[in-house]
Amino acid sequence: MSKINLLRPDKNNLNTFLYLGSFLFFISVLDVFLNSFFNLNLTGFLPGFLSFLLPLILGFIGLYFIRIEFSGIKQLDLLNKHINTNNFNAVLSLLIIFVIIKSLPPILSWFVIDASFAGDTKDVCTGSGACWTYIKVWMRRFMYGMYPNAEQWRINLSFIALVLMGSVGYFATDRFKKYLTLYYVVIYPLIAFLFIFFFISGGPVFFDFSYGIIAAILSIIVGFFIPAKYKFYYFLIVPLALYITLKYFIFFEEYVELGKLDGLNWVETGAWGGLSLTFIISFFCLIFCFPIGMAFALGRRSNFPLIRYISVGFIEFWRGVPLITVLFMSAVMFPMFLPEDFFIDKLVRAIIAISLFEAAYVAEVIRGGLQALPRGQYEAAKSLGMGYWKMHIFVILPQALKLVIPGIANTFLALVKDTPLIFVVGLLEIVGMLNLAKTNPKWLGFAMEGYVFAAIIFWIICYAMSKYSYNLEQKYKTDR
Amino acid sequence: MNFKLKDIVPQLITVTAVVLVFGFFTYNAQINMENRGIDFGYGFLSQESSFDVQFSLIEYDGSHSYFRAYLVGLLNTILVSVIGIIIATILGVIVGVARLSPNYLINKFAAFYVEFFRNIPLLLQIFFWYFAALRALPLPQDAEAIFGVFFLTIKGLYVPAFIWQNFSVFFYSIVAAIIAIIVIRIYAKRVQENQGKQIPVFLISIGLIFILPLLSFLIGGVGISFEVPVLKQLATTSFIYEGGVSLPPELIALTLSLSLYTATFIAECVRAGIQGVGKGQKEAAASIGLTPNQVLKLVIMPQALRIIIPPTTNQYLNLTKNSSLAAAIAYPDLVLVFAGTALMQTGKAIEIVSITMFTYLTLSISISLLMNWYNKKIAIQEK
Repeated sequence: MSKINLLRPDKNNLNTFLYLGSFLFFISVLDVFLNSFFNLNLTGFLPGFLSFLLPLILGFIGLYFIRIEFSGIKQLDLLNKHINTNNFNAVLSLLIIFVIIKSLPPILSWFVIDASFAGDTKDVCTGSGACWTYIKVWMRRFMYGMYPNAEQWRINLSFIALVLMGSVGYFATDRFKKYLTLYYVVIYPLIAFLFIFFFISGGPVFFDFSYGIIAAILSIIVGFFIPAKYKFYYFLIVPLALYITLKYFIFFEEYVELGKLDGLNWVETGAWGGLSLTFIISFFCLIFCFPIGMAFALGRRSNFPLIRYISVGFIEFWRGVPLITVLFMSAVMFPMFLPEDFFIDKLVRAIIAISLFEAAYVAEVIRGGLQALPRGQYEAAKSLGMGYWKMHIFVILPQALKLVIPGIANTFLALVKDTPLIFVVGLLEIVGMLNLAKTNPKWLGFAMEGYVFAAIIFWIICYAMSKYSYNLEQKYKTDR
Repeated sequence: MNFKLKDIVPQLITVTAVVLVFGFFTYNAQINMENRGIDFGYGFLSQESSFDVQFSLIEYDGSHSYFRAYLVGLLNTILVSVIGIIIATILGVIVGVARLSPNYLINKFAAFYVEFFRNIPLLLQIFFWYFAALRALPLPQDAEAIFGVFFLTIKGLYVPAFIWQNFSVFFYSIVAAIIAIIVIRIYAKRVQENQGKQIPVFLISIGLIFILPLLSFLIGGVGISFEVPVLKQLATTSFIYEGGVSLPPELIALTLSLSLYTATFIAECVRAGIQGVGKGQKEAAASIGLTPNQVLKLVIMPQALRIIIPPTTNQYLNLTKNSSLAAAIAYPDLVLVFAGTALMQTGKAIEIVSITMFTYLTLSISISLLMNWYNKKIAIQEK
């Protein structure tokens, strides 16, 4: 007990080592802390290099002293197990602690202490910290783009309505549960579509595509009630016939004016922007890319060679090119492929381009799920006399989709993170608006604040999505 | 009859639809081009381009052809991708291993890094580095030298250039070292299979790769000297560095953000790979008397790599494709030089966009073919 074995701390001299080690460790952390928070240099009297490294050396010796196995003190054992297993880990732990202590004050002072929040002109931003006034002043532009201030309630109302209608699934009673798929696949997208194009743009409900959309949706709804035996022939004939009937025998043009609401001004899509545009684009691409991707995933595993080749070609083409060239194509090349009097809005073009692009990735993810299913599932379904569609809808897809939840969530995350690329076609969502705002002569020099703001928003969205997908994965996890 | 119809009709409908859509597009394109007086053809590639590119690896100015401009863009894309892939791999492996560390702080630090960088859009990160972080750097005249030879300024990073004498001798010495290593490896494998003797291949390899180039310096007449960048005044307030190699800030911002972003995904691949190797494998290997190094080299790594390599290659491909975001900060890559400037000048939208897409497509498909081949080679042979 009297002789301290400096080279090997052990349980016999527990108290000596514990106090000595803790003291050294405490001193080293205190030195860095005072240095970074109060600008005091305790070790300034030492030569430069030694003064710089002293906390590390002291802390290292301290951690070495308190590394006592089975000391019997619960906290000490936990500490040793987690940050102090050997010399190498001790050094790394010390470095990380020092980096955190060192970087806290500048970050804090930039974010909060020296930052300016008040006022609404550039003049208030004199401190060395961030100028959140800039974000405050430009908030509406970052959120809604060039959408007129007086009309912004339309966007808010639409989003609230869509979120409320989207959450119906949570409150549906068992009686209505079986209709939820129909609701989410057909009715909800349709309502969302109407809201965006009718309410936010303030334009007429009926335009060139309306015939096709209405024909498709009507025939799908009726298709649910057609006996399986005739389904194939039904989908072969009815949608096309319905489309032709609607387009050439029932004239919607007379009702176009009816579709307009009084007092809603037309806001062209070029004025849409900011975070709301990010949501709109992500939402529609998400809705469109899923069925397209599913169709191509099934197509790639189809028994018909021609369909398989076409699917493979489609998937590999979109997966092989960067999104930015796809958007370039939709901006400069696509108009060349359309009749001259035929105009598609650039927002719609961007949505189509991103949907097709992401659909290829979704297709590959779903194919992975389809391949992972044991053969027995297919054979069992077939032996029950199920046809192709029945087998896939009731047996294969529910299991396959469950398997690929993380993959699909990753694809959707990528989609959300890809939306800023629409600057290529001249649409400005939040990142685009930031770039516009930072070139404003009245507000020069606040690029940092803008990007940090957008980064925080995107981070929250993406992190929440990934956590949600993780929960979903755990919820639907079934053991085989 | 019914059965056959069901087999043929869906295929027929799909093919007809595809043919109709493509026919419709081609027909419209023809009419549109006739109306606008544009003719279709790739002849413009040999015409004089008459635009300049800021940064190019090969000699290029306005008097060169459009094809040369295409090459400049392609090389710049490859440059950014290769640098990005190297940094991302190193960083990704370190972070991936750190994620599995028993050290709580290191583990959480790596997790924080991964969660932070992968949840922010890449474009935003590029903008951040280029417009916010790198703009805060000093002007050339105020820059302080790092280690006396590097200058990090708002106009880019200036590094010393190597000036080689008899570079070819040095190059051949490295090639010779690599060939020697391969020969020794084959020989060592044969010796081990026949006699069970082990030759320290790794140490010999390291020795060879250092000694042979060193010999080329001593007796091969290879010399090396550095050209340190020197500050030069152009006008009263305008300074630049002359000499050395200058890396434009666009390149720095792009490689930095690409590698920081992709490293997060590579880290996750590495983590999944190492976790994917069962604990029993390690214990079994140890119980038959392999040393820890051998366990790692012969048992863990081959199995972990089988899981790690396919998704990591996918990430390399993603990085290459993401490098096209360069267009947003005016780094002259393929998209900016060719699909941007050249397209604006010639108006050949269809030709240029199709060439650009085809280039990326070739790159992706060749890598994925290589990947499939590799996958087949390393796949577990069951049954």
